[in-house]
Amino acid sequence: MEVAKLTDVTRVYKIGEVETRALNGVSLSIQSGEFTSLVGPSGSGKTTLLQLIGVLDQPTSGKVVIDGKETTDLNRNQRADLRKGTIGFVFQFFALIPTLTAYENVEMPLLLNGKNPAERKQRVLELLDAVGMNERGHHRPDQLSGGQQQRVAVARALATDPKMILADEPTANLDTENGEQVMEIMKKLNKETGTTFVFATHDPRVIKYADRVVTLEDGLIVKDSKAKAK
Amino acid sequence: MNYFKMAYRNLGRHRRRSALSALALGLGTALLMFVAAFFEGEMRGSMETTLRLNTGHLQISNAEYDPDKLSVAWEYLIENPLQSAAQIEALEQVKSATPRLIASGIVSVRDESAGVQIMGIDPASAANDPYRTMVSGEFITADDRTGILIGLPLAESLNLKVGDSLNLLVNTAEGDVDEQQFTIRGIFTTGTSAYDKGIVFLPLAKAQAFSGAENRASYIFVMLNDREQADAVAAAIQGQNLRIRTWTEMNQLLVLVNDFSNAYLTFINLIVLGVTATVIVNTLLMSVFERTREIGILSAIGMKGRQIIALFLVEATLLGAAGITFGGLLGWSVSAYFAKVGVFFGDLGISGEMLMEDRIYPILTLESAINLIVTAFIITILASLYPARMASRMEPVEALHGSN
Ligand SMILES: Nc1ncnc2c1ncn2[C@@H]1O[C@H](COP(=O)(O)OP(=O)(O)OP(=O)(O)O)[C@@H](O)[C@H]1O
Ligand SMILES: [Mg+2]
Repeated sequence: MEVAKLTDVTRVYKIGEVETRALNGVSLSIQSGEFTSLVGPSGSGKTTLLQLIGVLDQPTSGKVVIDGKETTDLNRNQRADLRKGTIGFVFQFFALIPTLTAYENVEMPLLLNGKNPAERKQRVLELLDAVGMNERGHHRPDQLSGGQQQRVAVARALATDPKMILADEPTANLDTENGEQVMEIMKKLNKETGTTFVFATHDPRVIKYADRVVTLEDGLIVKDSKAKAK
Repeated sequence: MNYFKMAYRNLGRHRRRSALSALALGLGTALLMFVAAFFEGEMRGSMETTLRLNTGHLQISNAEYDPDKLSVAWEYLIENPLQSAAQIEALEQVKSATPRLIASGIVSVRDESAGVQIMGIDPASAANDPYRTMVSGEFITADDRTGILIGLPLAESLNLKVGDSLNLLVNTAEGDVDEQQFTIRGIFTTGTSAYDKGIVFLPLAKAQAFSGAENRASYIFVMLNDREQADAVAAAIQGQNLRIRTWTEMNQLLVLVNDFSNAYLTFINLIVLGVTATVIVNTLLMSVFERTREIGILSAIGMKGRQIIALFLVEATLLGAAGITFGGLLGWSVSAYFAKVGVFFGDLGISGEMLMEDRIYPILTLESAINLIVTAFIITILASLYPARMASRMEPVEALHGSN
């Protein structure tokens, strides 16, 4: 099944008179259950592509279909709704809400999805357990290490059982050990739950986990290879 | 986890900033509350003082009588005033009615003198109670032929005490001037120096004889149980060649000022609250800018625009509630304190139609307190709509972009 389909997508940033063609006609199909890496030099358009798949942004031209839904005509709220039910995010910086505990951060998307308290509690505990953070639920982000924060972020991304998790350089701020650990967790979840993962990364440690590697250069896909995943 | 908890923690991130902006709102509210109480006290006090001392609720005079002239020529006066007063006092709505004779005169002692109103009063009438507070000496009696009462400021300026004698000139009914020695029986204070410095009291009979008014008076001074009855009572009193004036007619300026003061207060409220609201807006704007990334994250995980607005509005609500509660308590305590001790102004030199006591006692009405609190709250919420909407319009892309 196809979770995301991009057809001839361009994204042009305009700052004053300067136009940057971050994506220059990209077509890409992401299948359910894939564990895909977007790679390429800095400025090649990885983050831009991820943002379009994540409906955080809209293409200048072309078509983005997520979970069978055409996204180009959706308004802000409809896009928020689509994200809420379908997509989870893990960012390079440990994007937890600083005023909330680990537990509450994971609970947040469930709240936004209107889950009842009993369901929420069960799910949060289950997820914290899955990322090995059940001991630290009551900690605030600033009381956690970078690796721990990123694991909480993964748990949060998974909370609503999204079809697809998008991660932008999730290991860039982690040391080898913590990076491996986070990747192991994601790989395991991918295998166990069939959740689709798409990464933007430079990190060979991430790439080695991927079973598909899409290479971007100057806003174009120059290579798309099925890798032998570990 | 709910909006309140989140908002509360967000405010806790910058405790001092939050506290300061709540404090600004609080002080604004407290100030306005005190100003409102002060105005209310001043207006009510001024109205009451003017009615009690000066005009009463009704005055019944000869149709020809001109209150500005103080003439005691017979054609301006009413006849048999004690009898008429007794009749009027018998009316159910009337608290007291008493004749008064007013003439112009000059008090002189040694080489100093002062122009005064000479008022002849019936010492037995309850309507004269406001003059009965004596600094020293005794109130005057009806059959006293040589005694006089003077006010404290006049006594001080002419250096007089009880038992001293003074010379009094009067403009008589015939248009002449008469002169006589009087002995000070008592020195009174009404609490309104502007009034006390310009008036002396004689028993009615003596004033009538002295000024040549004989059995006449300038008007009958009437106090009612309820001043709203003035028109009804005025209509009930019939009489040929009489003029009946109600307190609203006699105090048009005061009534006007009274009505105007509410509009004036509303205006001040809006200005002060507008200024304090900008403090709140500023605080919220700062936190919107600081939390750009966070708002992006919330948006990325599916928080909708109106939920983000709600989050910031709840922050404003908490800030507002804290500030306004504090301000309300402060304003209330300050008003309550000054309601006891009064605010001393002394003789502001306001005379004529509008009298004010030397001390103003603020009155905080429940209505104005609630009014103010509600207004402050509404303004706070309205003001915070702007930063809240701004937060809700941020693109989630910012969250990712801000990091790379
Ligand atoms: N918000 C923006 N406004 C203007 N230009 C932008 C914006 N975001 C990205 N760009 C430009 O678009 C191009 C692609 O950027 P993008 O962030 O997608 O690259 P990337 O592959 O993620 O790079 P990196 O590996 O450094 O993260 C770059 O030239 C970048 O300068
Ligand atoms: Mg990038």
